[in-house]
Amino acid sequence: MKIEASLDVEVNGNLLTGADLLIKTLVDADVDTIFGYPGGAVLPIYDALYRNKAETPFEHVLCRHEQGSIHAAEGYARVTGKPGVVIATSGPGATNLITGITDAMMDSLPLVIFTGQVAENVIGTDAFQEADVMGITTPITKYNYQVNDIADLPRTVKEAFHIASTGRPGPVVVDIPKNISANITVDDYDDDFYLPGYQPTLKPNPLQVIKLADALSRAKRPLLLVGAGTKFADASVELKQFAEKYQLPVTTTLLGLGSFPGTNELSLGMAGMHGTYAANMAIYESDLLINIGARFDDRLTGNIEHFAPAAKVAHIDIDPAEIGKVIETHIPVVADAKKALNALLNTQIDQPDHKDWMDKLQENKKEYPLWYERTETPLSPQWLIEQVYNVSKGEAIVTTDVGQHQMWAAQFYTFDKPNNWVTSGGLGTMGFGFPAAVGAQLGRPDDLVISIVGDGGFQMTCQELSVVKQRKLPVKVIIVNNEALGMVRQWQETFYEERYSESLFSENPDFVKLAESYGIRGVRVDREEDVIQTLEDIFAYDGPVVADFRVVRKTSVYPMIAPGKGIHEMVGVKK
Amino acid sequence: MRRIITATVQDRGGVLNRITGMLNKRQFNIESISVGASETEGISKMTFVVEISDRQKLEQLTKQLNKQIDVLKVSDITDKAMVARELALIKVVSTGHTRAEIQGIITPFRASVIDVSKESMTIQVTGRPDKVDALIALLRPYGIKELTKTGVTAFLRGQQPDNITEMNSMIN
Ligand SMILES: Cc1ncc(C[n+]2csc(CCOP(=O)(O)OP(=O)(O)O)c2C)c(N)n1
Repeated sequence: MKIEASLDVEVNGNLLTGADLLIKTLVDADVDTIFGYPGGAVLPIYDALYRNKAETPFEHVLCRHEQGSIHAAEGYARVTGKPGVVIATSGPGATNLITGITDAMMDSLPLVIFTGQVAENVIGTDAFQEADVMGITTPITKYNYQVNDIADLPRTVKEAFHIASTGRPGPVVVDIPKNISANITVDDYDDDFYLPGYQPTLKPNPLQVIKLADALSRAKRPLLLVGAGTKFADASVELKQFAEKYQLPVTTTLLGLGSFPGTNELSLGMAGMHGTYAANMAIYESDLLINIGARFDDRLTGNIEHFAPAAKVAHIDIDPAEIGKVIETHIPVVADAKKALNALLNTQIDQPDHKDWMDKLQENKKEYPLWYERTETPLSPQWLIEQVYNVSKGEAIVTTDVGQHQMWAAQFYTFDKPNNWVTSGGLGTMGFGFPAAVGAQLGRPDDLVISIVGDGGFQMTCQELSVVKQRKLPVKVIIVNNEALGMVRQWQETFYEERYSESLFSENPDFVKLAESYGIRGVRVDREEDVIQTLEDIFAYDGPVVADFRVVRKTSVYPMIAPGKGIHEMVGVKK
Repeated sequence: MRRIITATVQDRGGVLNRITGMLNKRQFNIESISVGASETEGISKMTFVVEISDRQKLEQLTKQLNKQIDVLKVSDITDKAMVARELALIKVVSTGHTRAEIQGIITPFRASVIDVSKESMTIQVTGRPDKVDALIALLRPYGIKELTKTGVTAFLRGQQPDNITEMNSMIN
């Protein structure tokens, strides 16, 4: 039966519609993967995808929830360095993206998100599936647009990619009313753009570099604190050269893990709430703290009154607004991390005299390593992560969800490479880990991608098992199953006298059967002696696996800086 | 401290929303914002009067404003020679016998009566914020029925003399 719809416009198969133009601009932007979900307001776009399939070099990946699409796009962006592209329909499609957009904003991930919008003639009338996407996304985007003239579309898309991926990266939303994507376009458009208000400073001010060099040469207790800014700047090589040249100890933030090799002698490991004693005490005692691309998040600093109290603080950041935002900074350097490090490498700096400091830090490292209680059945989660590290030889891409398992992954999987660690830091978004692995695997098909998740968070987005199956993505899901919202349980144990309010699960699904129902291999392990063999098997297996590892429920992440405490007041430092 | 900050912004959809949203999110205490066209087409001028606790917060404010993609230039003109003006409309209770009295009060302010009814008169006053406030204070005893202010708009004077503190004293 053929039903005639009275569309707003006539679509003539031979002429270019706004949607065709969009596809063309995506091709021009070298997009290779789109994460999307169709719906009424994006039907013209999906029709154009269909009609242009033969000429488009990119793939459209249908995740099973818009939140899945956007976390996948984040995972993709994190491991490839390229912007993740998302399409969602108006109203509920767009609002399902909000968590992911906020997550990307907090962690500076480049995303370009296209949302459908109701046709312009009904915008503002509470039309079916209308949501004020511009209003909702303004505070959670680096920038957002609504396209109100087809001729603006190509320029807008180009700008969106530019803004998302340069300077301090971030998410950009492009809201496209249905009449714009459906209408036949003009062919005289101008896609050149000029953004006079957006000119990120890349090169460091030479005087600031000299100041920093001078401070370094005098420092007795220098320390590098490294964040994800070094990854966006692709500065790991320069960072290593710089640290080694002056024998500088290095600690990283949660998101900075891997920007400096974790196995390097100079590495003190992660700092912050669940960081190492050596790293946190180094911050506490340092007399020159050089922050490269980190933003002094409160989970890093603890109580700021006790943060680096003895230090002169230098801060290299591409975003001037981060400098001095929470920690008073003596030597601000607004620059791209790679350019700043190169400038420092090209500056004559006298070797600082800090042998005593280095000896002390090495001693702390030896004296206060990360530790845990070993159990056999159920497993110790930390031991499990160590085995994941060993069996994958430390070379896998690891994505995590949020909770205890995330901290254990950060502590016990040592990263030597910058773009293999995918976690939700700023927003701490449960449900992130598994879809992020989908995106990571699509972005880096030849790498081993391991998704370490909790039994709680996995259930927030496990519907993406469908896309894993459909796309034959060999993602290995490792459920650190403690039958609890472990991190909540830990806080209730420690700070609320063991009143476990809504944090213990007795009714988890059978994760093996769940996997199998999607046509995916599932395994369950609860004895130590089976762990290594199972990991070897599943990592070698050429397809997706869901592995349900049963771990001890009542175990906590240590060491810890309790909320409100200073960085030097760690508890659980030793067994 | 009270500061006057001006910003030159590109006239793009949502720019005002983006800026006020940011100010709100970051908990800046805004006394007034005024926005309007500038000498260049497509570019608007915004003037903010903010009450701010310390230098560090002030630096954050200008940095956060500068970070906005549509913002071209941000200046804290508080300590410069500048002209700052606002306009107020004041509807004040007046019956026959107070009318002349009110006239007498407003004359030195060079304010004008722009509407009169049986029980009220509406006064328009333009000037430095302290002058506007002084007139409002004088009219208050008569009973203010309605009051609206545009917020301060400001820019730098053509010439920047050496000693400017006195000139700007009215905003502190
Ligand atoms: C979307 C969302 N909701 C709630 C929280 C609060 N939260 C933080 S950790 C956590 C528990 C996570 O449990 P699980 O996924 O099982 O991981 P585990 O801590 O046990 O390793 C919760 C509820 C959150 N971070 N994100």
